[in-house]
Amino acid sequence: MLDKEGIAKRIAKEIKDGFYVNLGIGIPTLVANYIPEGMEVVLQSENGLLGIGPFPFAGEEDPDTINAGKQTITMLSGSAVFDSAMSFGMIRARKVNLTILGAMEVAENGDIASWKIPGKMVKGMGGAMDLVASAENIIVAMQHVNKAGESKLLAKCSLPLTGINCVKKIVTELAVLDVLPDGGFKLLERAPGVSVEQIRNSTAGRLIVDGEIPEMVV
Amino acid sequence: MNKVVSNADEAIKDIEDGMTLMLGGFGLCGLPEKCIAALVRKNVKGLTCISNNAGVDDFGIGLMLKKRQVKKMISSYVGENAEFERQLLSGELEVELIPQGTLATRCMAAGYGMPAIFTPAGIGTEVAEGKEIRNFNGKDYLMELAFEADFAIVKAWKGDTMGNLVYRSTARNFNPLMAMAGKITIAEVEELVEPGELDPDHIHTPGIYVHRIFKGFDYEKRIEQRTVR
Repeated sequence: MLDKEGIAKRIAKEIKDGFYVNLGIGIPTLVANYIPEGMEVVLQSENGLLGIGPFPFAGEEDPDTINAGKQTITMLSGSAVFDSAMSFGMIRARKVNLTILGAMEVAENGDIASWKIPGKMVKGMGGAMDLVASAENIIVAMQHVNKAGESKLLAKCSLPLTGINCVKKIVTELAVLDVLPDGGFKLLERAPGVSVEQIRNSTAGRLIVDGEIPEMVV
Repeated sequence: MNKVVSNADEAIKDIEDGMTLMLGGFGLCGLPEKCIAALVRKNVKGLTCISNNAGVDDFGIGLMLKKRQVKKMISSYVGENAEFERQLLSGELEVELIPQGTLATRCMAAGYGMPAIFTPAGIGTEVAEGKEIRNFNGKDYLMELAFEADFAIVKAWKGDTMGNLVYRSTARNFNPLMAMAGKITIAEVEELVEPGELDPDHIHTPGIYVHRIFKGFDYEKRIEQRTVR
């Protein structure tokens, strides 16, 4: 089974040299720590920055320079800032190559729910609806089951949707799965020490297991 | 062409109960904190506020929420404010949550004189309810209307007396978009300079969009998530 860092490490393998990548809040943010050495990747922050640098050293925080999670960050040589309309313009126009975000639920048709639990939690969708509606390549990083032990990979989302038919790949603590264009979660890899049976028991939606499923290399 | 007013209280003096305001900033970054403080002092009520976030409990728009000055918030993300969540869940506060890119582009459309935009954000979700959908090249788009606001209130780094503005770093965010979109636009700046001192090539908001400008003193610039290496 993977921890959060493990999920981030595995997702980092999906990043290719020259990619512009938008990382969501939570586990996706950790992916930045595992971008392979020597690879040139530019991180986009939807509040209006290309080229997110590392967190500042204590005492060097700049309140004007933050990421979409409102954390203080630094810029890199070659960073660029812009307004929020341009930021979502480049997302809508599919200039960003890869979007990695979290979710509360994903359905076997690629629907995603991530922004609201009616009557309980209202935080808002932020930029997630714009991202999932436009991005070509969307990977969801999340836990396979919720705190109550219920599967988050469903036949149909029960929570209000963030977007429809958009998730392409899911990486959880148990597995890597593709969401097939015709529907269904295709099991690609098992996390170290996790059996197909365990994954099957944790997946409420249609799981497609085709042949021998390799253990992932993290 | 001198648009300078002496302070925030003078800049907002004719903002009245029930008006619609745009407020720049992303979280607390690039927030027009001097005008918000003046709005709290003036205690105008029944406001509709268009702003990406709703501040935190004790800073930003959170201060106006605490005094029940806000009737309706139009925002994309409000997760940082417990008082907001309480007022929302209890039904005291009306809230319209909209995608962040839609929020930004509806401001931009207003400033560009366009009545509406088409965006795929929200298709198939509750955001699309009651809205016109058009199909272009096989993909569905929602029609979203340009915002109308009585006042836009923005924060810039530098401005000149003609209202030309320059923003700094990610404090730019929604500010230039909202600056273009208000019937009356108020800009508060950290440095107010004479015409000619800003390089015309570096101006983000041309002064034509700005009606009032003043220099704010002692910016607090509170950090929401101080994170270090």
